[in-house]
Amino acid sequence: MKRFLWPLAIFVLLVGFLAVGLRRDPREVPSPLIGKAAPAFDLPVLEQPGKRFSPADMRGKVWLLNVWASWCESCRDEHPLLVELSRKGTLPILGLNYKDKPEDARLWLTRFGDPYQLSVADADGRIGIDYGVYGVPETYLIDAQGVIRYKRIGVITPALLQEKILPLAATLKK
Amino acid sequence: MKVVLFALFMLFSLAGIANEEQRIRQLEEKLRCLVCQNQSLADSNAELAGDLRKQVREQVAAGRSDEQIVEYLVQRYGDFVRYDPPFKAATALLWAGPFLLLAAGAVILVIVLRRRRDAPEEAALAPEEKRLVERVLGPGGDPR
Repeated sequence: MKRFLWPLAIFVLLVGFLAVGLRRDPREVPSPLIGKAAPAFDLPVLEQPGKRFSPADMRGKVWLLNVWASWCESCRDEHPLLVELSRKGTLPILGLNYKDKPEDARLWLTRFGDPYQLSVADADGRIGIDYGVYGVPETYLIDAQGVIRYKRIGVITPALLQEKILPLAATLKK
Repeated sequence: MKVVLFALFMLFSLAGIANEEQRIRQLEEKLRCLVCQNQSLADSNAELAGDLRKQVREQVAAGRSDEQIVEYLVQRYGDFVRYDPPFKAATALLWAGPFLLLAAGAVILVIVLRRRRDAPEEAALAPEEKRLVERVLGPGGDPR
């Protein structure tokens, strides 16, 4: 009986590792930017190309930076949630329109609604690289000091918003 | 003479370009694409990989060292972009894991071998087995 104990223990251990490992998303690479200052940029505003925006303009506020594009299909999945959040007005959302054509992006916003306080146009994707973007949509929660506190790679789900992002934003506001 | 000098100059600058191309290629092979994770930047057709290759090329042209360029990408994408991640607390298991498993295997092997050596060569026959053997083979017979 005892001789079966060791293989059994190893088997249980292996199942444990697999149970944890297989449920993780290997595409989600932890960002080294959490806890660091949001990279600075100065980009034209999508809606008013004459104006420019820089993250420093949001100092003193807790806000979301949402990376989106009209060519990104999963952006459409999370879009209604962002529109709903923007109606509540509790957490400002700013858009980083990543590698998009301004005409397409504007059309997309008129068609599906514009939850953004404003969007900036990162036409060549250079600022996206500074933010470590590799799969749109991505969303950053930035605090009043301009530090990135949380990053979501992929679609924001209602559960994630309610259980993680909004509570974290509430504690950051204090 | 002038023609020879010109030809030499061209040759050297061509060699320089070839060197730089080789350097860029080597760098891109050391870096991992984040979109198709099992491909290097050099191999990947993902759009982001193209953008990152452009960055590498520009920075090489601007005279930045390989370490600086790798550091640039690590700051943005983390150690994940390196096929050769540095040894630190977060990667300790990754580096030491195989050796730990090997050591555990060696320990188990030694224990098993010792046990086998210390175990009696052949189990002695129980009295009633011995009786059975004697009945079949006749008394005094060698049970072997």
